[in-house]
Amino acid sequence: MNPEHTSHTSHASVRLIEEYARGGTGLAVDEVWALEAHLEKCRDCRDRLSAAVTADAPAVAALTEAVWSDLEHRLASAVPAPARRLRARLSAWTTPAMTPWLAMVLAVALLALLLDLAGPGSGQVSLVLLLAPVLPVCGVAASWSRGLDPAYELTAATPRAGLQLVLRRTVSALAVVIPALLAGGWATGVTAVQWLLPCLAFTSLTLALGGVIGVSRAAVALVAAWAAVVVAPTLATSRTAAALQTEGLPVWGLLLALGVGVVIARRGAYTVLGAHR
Amino acid sequence: MPAVSRADIAPTAYAWEIRASGLKVRVGRDKMAVDGLDLSLGTGVHGLLGPNGAGKTTLIRALATVLRPAGGELELLGEAAGGLGEHRALRRRIGYLPQEFGYYKRFTVREFVEYMAWLKEVPKADIPGAVQRAVERVGLADRADARMKTLSGGMVRRVGIAQAIVNDPPILLLDEPTVGLDPAQRLRLRELLQELGTDACVVVSTHLVEDVAAACTDVVLFAEGRLVFQGTPGELAAAGGPEHLGDSPLERGYSALLQNPVRAGGAW
Repeated sequence: MNPEHTSHTSHASVRLIEEYARGGTGLAVDEVWALEAHLEKCRDCRDRLSAAVTADAPAVAALTEAVWSDLEHRLASAVPAPARRLRARLSAWTTPAMTPWLAMVLAVALLALLLDLAGPGSGQVSLVLLLAPVLPVCGVAASWSRGLDPAYELTAATPRAGLQLVLRRTVSALAVVIPALLAGGWATGVTAVQWLLPCLAFTSLTLALGGVIGVSRAAVALVAAWAAVVVAPTLATSRTAAALQTEGLPVWGLLLALGVGVVIARRGAYTVLGAHR
Repeated sequence: MPAVSRADIAPTAYAWEIRASGLKVRVGRDKMAVDGLDLSLGTGVHGLLGPNGAGKTTLIRALATVLRPAGGELELLGEAAGGLGEHRALRRRIGYLPQEFGYYKRFTVREFVEYMAWLKEVPKADIPGAVQRAVERVGLADRADARMKTLSGGMVRRVGIAQAIVNDPPILLLDEPTVGLDPAQRLRLRELLQELGTDACVVVSTHLVEDVAAACTDVVLFAEGRLVFQGTPGELAAAGGPEHLGDSPLERGYSALLQNPVRAGGAW
């Protein structure tokens, strides 16, 4: 409730206000106290006091006039603090440490796209499809890493640290990466169905594992596992691995659900320093 | 000063802002950096003193709830602070300056303190006022719109203190706040600490005995994860005699309590 607009059942009497404007010598101490407490909250009575001062106490009115005229040219020259609202709003979703990593992720996506478009000789394997599931993981890791975020310890000690902040930063990483991959997939004919679910599953697994061993370590481990289990065999045999074909989708869905479940169950883990390794 | 609200004058439901009994905090796999600590701290400035490696930083991190205790009890503002959980309500009332104060170079002082105020869930409408107040208290009002990368080391440290006090915390934890300050800034910081200590529980870790003498109402001497001594600076000074190592009464008391009376030749 805004005290300025509170409807008061009683206002200060004309007598009180006029006495107060003349210096308050005719008032009891407790009356002055009560009146001042009321004036702090009541705009109407302040306006009446101002009128009473102008009418009854020319000396006070002249003094305030003098102070105002003295201050006015200084106030006019004072510059209001610049409003950098954009950065404040951005930092609610990302950290400055994430920006170079997200740029790198976009560069890698672009490179994969160019290779796909330029090199039809690499068989039926699309690099965009191979890289898509692990690209957002890099952005997520950067958002929660001791080495990359200088303010990690400060952040970890605040009330907003924890699941909410992890999810905000993950969403912003996905918001950058997924549109880029969609565009790349559209250009090369890879459908989103093939990579979107693995991509989300990997992100949730990174967070789930990160609650135990630290987000950066989890990201490194999962990217290494992906490279060993899927990328290397695919490049060796020039065949899209089973994991990336439509038959693999239920498994990815299961992994996504598992990851999300673990993240929610262990949400307290992101509020301690351990998650920043 | 902020307006006084009903919550500010309500009686507290706890006897000590910080109360630990048998507290154990593990660092790494097998080292107990805090090992069975019993400690009660109320309002005032408490100097946490001890040799390097005594576990001061670990203790402060546990008090800031970023490390989970491995055993024992920890109560902050009357609320149990062990266990799993996000401690959101509790953390809103803690200010923390870590030993390694990391910041974003491209932010201005105001933006950085605003960002920290947002992270600390200061109500949106109060943020500009709270930030201005905090920046003024550390004497950086004229540099408020300068980028962090243009500041000197001492100024950066003061930004760190500004972010710690931006939420008017009843528990303020400062890990080595005087590092990098020149003598004049150190004096200003001590004044600020005394001012803050009148209505908050301020824990200052330091390895400089003179900081404690000048600013603290209470000394907590800590070695190898255990409490060695708790008392006033005067009591610390009284513990030492002329036979103990040190240049001031406090240093002699410090040496006496750490049972290190003989100057070992050439060793640190």
